[in-house]
Amino acid sequence: MPADRSRLPALGPEPTFTFPDLGKHTLPNGFLLLLPVGAAADPVDRPGLAAVTGDLLDEGCGDRSAIDVHDVLGRMGAQFDTEVGADATILNMTTLSRAKERGLELLGDMVMRPRFEQKEFDRVRELRLNRLVQLRDMPPSVADRAFAQLIYQGHPYGHLAIGTEGSLRALTLKEVVGFHRRAYSPSRLTLIAVGDASHEALGEMARRVFGDWLPGATESGGEPFDAALAPPPRVPTERLALVHRAGAAQSELRIGHVATSRNTPDYHALLVLNMVLGGQFVSRINLKLREERGYTYGARTSFDFRRGPGPFALQVSVQTEVTVEAVAEALGELRAIRGDRPVLPHELALARAALTRGYPRSFETAEQITRAVAQLALYELPDDYFSQFVARVATVDAEAVTRAAEKYLDPSRILTVIVGDRERLSPSLPRLELGAASEVSMA
Amino acid sequence: MQIPYTKRTLGNGLEVVVHEDHAVPIVAVNVWYHVGSKNERPGRTGFAHLFEHLMFEGSQHHDRGYFHPLQEAGASLNGSTNADRTNYWEVVPTNAIELALWMESDRMGYLLPALTDAKFNNQREVVLNERRQNYENRPYGFAAMAIVGALYPAEHPYHWLTIGAADDLRAAAIEDVRAFFQTYYHPRNASLALAGDIDTDRALHLAETYFDEIAGGHEPPPVACVETGAIEADTKLLLEDRVELPRLYLAWHTPALFETDDAELDLLADLLANGKTSRLYRALVYDQRLATEVAASQNSRELSSFFQVVATAAPGRTLAEVECVISKELERMAAAGPAVDEVERSLAQAEAYFVYRLQTVGGFGGKSDQLNAYNVFVDDPGYFDRDLGRYRAVNAGSLRAAAATYLARDRRVTLSVVPRGRTALAIPGSMPVAVS
Repeated sequence: MPADRSRLPALGPEPTFTFPDLGKHTLPNGFLLLLPVGAAADPVDRPGLAAVTGDLLDEGCGDRSAIDVHDVLGRMGAQFDTEVGADATILNMTTLSRAKERGLELLGDMVMRPRFEQKEFDRVRELRLNRLVQLRDMPPSVADRAFAQLIYQGHPYGHLAIGTEGSLRALTLKEVVGFHRRAYSPSRLTLIAVGDASHEALGEMARRVFGDWLPGATESGGEPFDAALAPPPRVPTERLALVHRAGAAQSELRIGHVATSRNTPDYHALLVLNMVLGGQFVSRINLKLREERGYTYGARTSFDFRRGPGPFALQVSVQTEVTVEAVAEALGELRAIRGDRPVLPHELALARAALTRGYPRSFETAEQITRAVAQLALYELPDDYFSQFVARVATVDAEAVTRAAEKYLDPSRILTVIVGDRERLSPSLPRLELGAASEVSMA
Repeated sequence: MQIPYTKRTLGNGLEVVVHEDHAVPIVAVNVWYHVGSKNERPGRTGFAHLFEHLMFEGSQHHDRGYFHPLQEAGASLNGSTNADRTNYWEVVPTNAIELALWMESDRMGYLLPALTDAKFNNQREVVLNERRQNYENRPYGFAAMAIVGALYPAEHPYHWLTIGAADDLRAAAIEDVRAFFQTYYHPRNASLALAGDIDTDRALHLAETYFDEIAGGHEPPPVACVETGAIEADTKLLLEDRVELPRLYLAWHTPALFETDDAELDLLADLLANGKTSRLYRALVYDQRLATEVAASQNSRELSSFFQVVATAAPGRTLAEVECVISKELERMAAAGPAVDEVERSLAQAEAYFVYRLQTVGGFGGKSDQLNAYNVFVDDPGYFDRDLGRYRAVNAGSLRAAAATYLARDRRVTLSVVPRGRTALAIPGSMPVAVS
């Protein structure tokens, strides 16, 4: 019997799903080590220190040189990476089940006994300096850097984790050793383990590897800095900033301002708001700038929820010729959702459904699960956060979304950063009525 | 190790492959059409990919955006085009499987009535922006174009990139779209894979319900049969670009996907440049600090593949210095082969990779995508263990032989990408190449 194409088929009854009860399918093992110390803990004159320290952990640890460490990882067929963000350093490892003990031992060596050898430090520093050089030509990176710098003046979130050239050149290995000693202590680290073993067995492994680790004496440098405690950043005076990129085929845009932190009581309302505004393909920003106008390959918005107040940003790369039109449309959308065109019932339904019905997809792999649990540790969320998620989102109504938009999107504070061709743009920028464009040099 | 499946061919020629995995209450739906940029011709490049965009713009019985009902049901979805094939997928909660099949079948069978000039013109603009974002406004963005342009003769299906030429895109007309759809987008040229929380019988029944009514269509015309064209010398090319550091690209012709030595070359890429223990990383980055990064890959494709090594010179270093080290290492590999521990490590990683591939049902590279790849390229969804077998059969001798046969210095394309005005950093004797 052929399908009925007069209407879309109805959805069946919603399947039940409880986290983290996921059945025994994950053959690989996942480990994640979380240290709630990231770029925000960089001393003011040493942006990049946390990242270099994190990067050096696998460059020789315990009995093994850098090459040996990676030889072992290779032989185990393990996947490993380190990332340093604004608030945290995360070491992530996926191994086959039979290699999990070796994997955890290696992770233990990395955090407890990194060798911090001079030649590895020199090489890592040089690679980062070279990377900084290359990032100068990548519009998204230039835009991110300018945006953070301008909206977070004088604040620990005002720099990217990789740091700056001046800081990296001046940095010494001794400072890295000191940072590691201050920041990496047993009381501060969380180990998350997922995989084909009982809770008892995983706990026993962790005790074997980490049980004898004594907290080091903290240096006079004191506790690493928590951005949640920093005074709020100064609001930039300019509304428009331009980083010149001669002959650019597209303008890279960042439009937004400092928003709020992960522990905001309006978290679920903001997730829904963001979905409506620019959090998925079917969203106001993307449909307008891509599907309706053809200005771009894709546009999105995001609230970056951090320990301190993270940024709200609209990100898009548009054809140079339509830069001013695109900015005007974007600003229009950010204003409209606060009042003139508040969220409509079908938009609300779509946003909530996308968040709740799509939820189980986020828990397929070992790494997805460890990352999800890491959130609980980093943001001090309740253990039932995941099982409450769907219910909390389901209660967000149109009023809550509109209130969140009014409270957290502030047209008077929005900064528009454009990385693009000054020569072709400057005649038309005044049409935006955002005042003079402050020219930012990203040397 | 395998991905257990059931395969059935519907009356109209559509092949359906089903794999059950009830770990998470989601189902992956994945459709492959056996058409890619290799089916285009010069003057009309970029077409398969532009067409892929149009598949998201509505079909006869749902003449609205494709994303909306699926995102509302909690799906993630996407598609992609490459030289050999176009794939479309969604991962839906279990209760939305019929919606996903309804949507996929509607655009397979009934796309054209909903196609309008406005949609066509809009998506053309979107694609031109994609081109700007990923190629024109990006450092080294034109290198890939230069490489394939030099590796393959002008009439060869792999001579152009999937994104196509901007002029060709602007010259495309809506009639071309209709013809393209009729030629390539029908059940007989497609494969449907379902993987996840679904019962096999139900999956097959639903596939039949939604897809069997669509006319099967005819065998599409074969791809233009053009000789790959041997590279008979070290072909040195030059591109100036807005970049800070010079970068070297080396490329060689190699056997096609799944052919003899394809697995060897894949592992050679790992051995040579994947991670800190690799030959080139150690020589170039770790020991001599000549390069900031190095990568290697066996780009396996249906008609023929190419092997590529890419290295970015450190500040103050020339590409000649970098090239010298790479060539020496390749010659050493061709003469003496890899060491025992190198082979062990590569095999361990390859084996582990096959295990990690089993973790997801959907998306790019998930189990449903893999089943379709095997089905379309070797007519056997169960190829997984034989694919792994190819890697297990690799040894030091076969790796040495593959390096010797395929990675010779005088049979490659050598592209220098240098900062504007700094041509002295390029390999001496490089000829400027024009790409846009």
